[in-house]
Amino acid sequence: MGMRKVAVVGAGMTKFMRRAQETGKELSWQAARMALASCEMTLDDIQAVCLGTAPDAFDSIHLKGEYLSDGAGAWGKPYMRSYVGGGTGVFAPIQGWYHVASGLFDAVLVVCEEKMSSFYPHAQGAFLTIFDHTTERPLKPNLLWIFAMEMNRYMQTYGISKEDIAHVAVKNKRNAADHPCALLGNPDITVEDVLNSELLAWPVNRLDVSPVSDGAVALVMVAEHVAKRVTDKPVWIQGVGWSLDTAYWTNRDLAYPRYVEYAARMAYEMAGIKEPRKEINIVEPYDPFDYKECHHLEGLLLADRGQAPQLAIDGVSLRDGDMPVCPSGGLLGVGNPIAAAGLMKVAEIFWQLRGEAGARQVPGQPKRGLAQAWGDLMQVGTVVIMGTNP
Amino acid sequence: MTSKIKVFPGTPLREVDFKEGKILYRHDEMNGQYAWDTGIGIGSYLAALKEGVLLGSYCRSCRRTVVPPRTVCEWCFRPMNSYIPLKDTGTVNTFSLCYITWDLKRIKEPEISAVIEIDGASPLHGIMHKLGEVDPEDVHIGMRVQAVWKPADEREGAITDILYFKPIKEG
Ligand SMILES: [Zn+2]
Repeated sequence: MGMRKVAVVGAGMTKFMRRAQETGKELSWQAARMALASCEMTLDDIQAVCLGTAPDAFDSIHLKGEYLSDGAGAWGKPYMRSYVGGGTGVFAPIQGWYHVASGLFDAVLVVCEEKMSSFYPHAQGAFLTIFDHTTERPLKPNLLWIFAMEMNRYMQTYGISKEDIAHVAVKNKRNAADHPCALLGNPDITVEDVLNSELLAWPVNRLDVSPVSDGAVALVMVAEHVAKRVTDKPVWIQGVGWSLDTAYWTNRDLAYPRYVEYAARMAYEMAGIKEPRKEINIVEPYDPFDYKECHHLEGLLLADRGQAPQLAIDGVSLRDGDMPVCPSGGLLGVGNPIAAAGLMKVAEIFWQLRGEAGARQVPGQPKRGLAQAWGDLMQVGTVVIMGTNP
Repeated sequence: MTSKIKVFPGTPLREVDFKEGKILYRHDEMNGQYAWDTGIGIGSYLAALKEGVLLGSYCRSCRRTVVPPRTVCEWCFRPMNSYIPLKDTGTVNTFSLCYITWDLKRIKEPEISAVIEIDGASPLHGIMHKLGEVDPEDVHIGMRVQAVWKPADEREGAITDILYFKPIKEG
């Protein structure tokens, strides 16, 4: 396609916290500083900055991109905030990728931040505006409705039980016990714990849901000649994809995320992947709810429709299984500061492929990984495929 | 890299830090009042609701009937201005039994939200609404339901002119 090769060479992140004392600016700076230090670069080496952060409604700060700009290192540089809801954290590195692939810049900093704790009394309220103001909001919906209904439709379509899906929450929260930044890691959690946790909106119980969080993550993305100068272990962006389904969410198939499939097919084609189940070693699909990991694995064509829960039940998706899924601990375990959570998944693939994931390291020297996020009104899919080969 | 870093930045706060006044913060209530124009498509939908009718729109090229009605067909990007009345009956596509409010207050009797595929619209085309006059235990996907309307003189041209959908007693 006439585009340049792009590598990730550095990554950094803050703890994911229920409530952080630091402001969003301060969190952004912490993550960005760590990412730069990890590849021994400074802000002077960076030509442009890409920022991802979710709705302004979380902090009631107008133009949050501009507000966060000093912490993100954007002063005096080409700078742009991208926002595709929950898909933002995997879209921001796609933006970073085309900044470099196009030849426009040789080195960019990608920063994703979220501070959800500012909204009172609970961040869920900030999501009410995703519902249509005239045809839906008068019914006084809450955010859980939409996910509970999608989960129910998924379960009913394929005859899946809550217990089947609870295995995903158990796997991810156990994995997160090995993540130093995790909010909800728990090595001892069981399926019974999930099923017996408080019922919020049937079929969703408390432990089926990821926690609202504060946090930030940053990446350094560079062109090939820069990558060769700064590291002997670059991780290459092999494919990217994104796609959107209809915003009339009650007018589509809720059992299958077609938009994720479209995004995945775009990325697979770019990466030259013909048989994703054989060619992808690690997956970090978006898991704000446990059923969403299943939904997304199916949309990514990494599981047959209705069969994804079985991967967790059979241990295929465990960290030492044939296809580890969310070895980081995912949003369910590490936490869900929306945009930062998506970029955390990309950072996890970066660390895993470099063999630097510590206690979370997937065995067998994985060569290729995929990170995916999802958002807006349950309709956007964003996918990045990374590998040890360009 | 993460394996080499032992201490990650970030200072988690606890509830008790607030209770004990260890944390300074500023609390504010924003003024957020809006009046949204309905537009052409939804305006027609609301006007029909006032008359006790659920309105959809139809695309001749795609042979698709959608609800709520709209002025453009997403599939072919042609005008979608042929509005057609649908039935006020339908089938539960999915539902939830919700035990909390948006601000996380517990409620004893669950609110039952549902996506209802409306009779006369294309397959899988529905609207979000609530179910009533039904035991939560009895709600199921595939259940046939009918709209329960406000009395005609109380309707104001809003989605709440339908109070909820209730099961259709079969036979
Ligand atoms: Zn059409």
